[in-house]
Amino acid sequence: MNPAIELAGVWKFYGDYAALRDITLAVEEGSCCALLGRNGAGKTTLLRILAGLSSFERGSAQLFGASPRQVHAGFLGHGIGVYEDLSARENLRFFARVAEVAQPESIAAEWLERVGLANASDMLVRQFSRGMRQRLALARTFLHAPKILILDEPFTSLDDRAIAMLSELLLESRRRGATIILSTHQLREAMAIASHVALIENGRLRHAGERTEAMIDDPGLLYRLHA
Amino acid sequence: MKTVKHALLIARKDLALELRTKESLNAAGAFAIVILLLFSFAFDPDSEMVKEIGGGLLWLVFAFAGALVFNRSFARELPNDCLDTLLASPLSPASLLTGKALANFLMLLAMELISIVIFGIFFNVNWTHRFGELSLVFALGTWGISMLGAVFGALTVNLRLRELMLPIIIYPLLIPLLIAAIELTKLLLSNQAPTPSDFLWAKILVVFDLVFTALAIMLADTILVN
Repeated sequence: MNPAIELAGVWKFYGDYAALRDITLAVEEGSCCALLGRNGAGKTTLLRILAGLSSFERGSAQLFGASPRQVHAGFLGHGIGVYEDLSARENLRFFARVAEVAQPESIAAEWLERVGLANASDMLVRQFSRGMRQRLALARTFLHAPKILILDEPFTSLDDRAIAMLSELLLESRRRGATIILSTHQLREAMAIASHVALIENGRLRHAGERTEAMIDDPGLLYRLHA
Repeated sequence: MKTVKHALLIARKDLALELRTKESLNAAGAFAIVILLLFSFAFDPDSEMVKEIGGGLLWLVFAFAGALVFNRSFARELPNDCLDTLLASPLSPASLLTGKALANFLMLLAMELISIVIFGIFFNVNWTHRFGELSLVFALGTWGISMLGAVFGALTVNLRLRELMLPIIIYPLLIPLLIAAIELTKLLLSNQAPTPSDFLWAKILVVFDLVFTALAIMLADTILVN
């Protein structure tokens, strides 16, 4: 298998503070890497570099051998990434067009149905409940069937319905061969989906390897081993 | 071609958002009307001086009202981290900047149309004699302001004092464009025949637009990502 994600000796500084220190990580095509670590460890910085949203001082970062800015990943950051003053349908249609999906209108309708927002498709997002917004964000992230998914704490603040929906979408993406890297504090959900696990601490990669059965039984195992 | 298509998408989305919220247009339009109304009390509408100062008055109104539009341009991408979502998408930063400039341009033109009608009424000036040429000057001047507004709107979007910083940065850079636009507007409002030096002003407008559009496109990645 070829690595879909390749980081080699990546250093990122905020002023004098090194947010990432010599990160070298490869994620194989079709696998799902759960990026673990405490708050401030550098997970978001790493994911932003992979999404092409942040520059770095040293090293190299590549997605399928190209610069991250040349690859259109499905990205879900801390914000839901949709416009409050557009309707759900207008938002999905716009992002489908940006992603150059064929038949954006029907794809938007299909995803609205899929995430249970068909009846609210013409409502403005500002009128949505939190759960509805989260489901719309999932539709926006997955609607172009990306080859790579970069998800920053996607399970945080999700309700049960959205967690089930996200888990299903992630499993489906894996089945179609997509590569996934996601940061999370929800160890149980992450271990159920991940094929690989990486632990980052104070900007350094402390562990990278396959997810083992022992990690499913004891999701906090990795943290204790590297305490 | 892809850049143009994406720029049109961004412009269309921004205009849809603006038509729904009317945040920029209401602010810029109200500002323009109030300024023109106040100045109409300060000058005798029948005097020749109005035609002399008309160009300057109009372009200062456009530039100040424009700042209100530019401040919202990238600020509307901040809620829910929409700017990150766009930058992580296949949109090139150049198409994002150009699309924003295009939306700014159309919003400013709408505001300018309202302003020139009100100017004509308040100052008793017939501006329709050379409507075609005046439209061209407005279009060239407005594109330059809009592109610069988009670039510096992007650079200042994360600053706490962006409403203050944006005008401070762009007005000095706009001086050549404003002088050229003012001179040409003055000429057209007074319905005089152009002299060779007037063509120089037109050339300055065109060169300003070309230079800043090219710079914005070339530096878009640095402006928006780095």
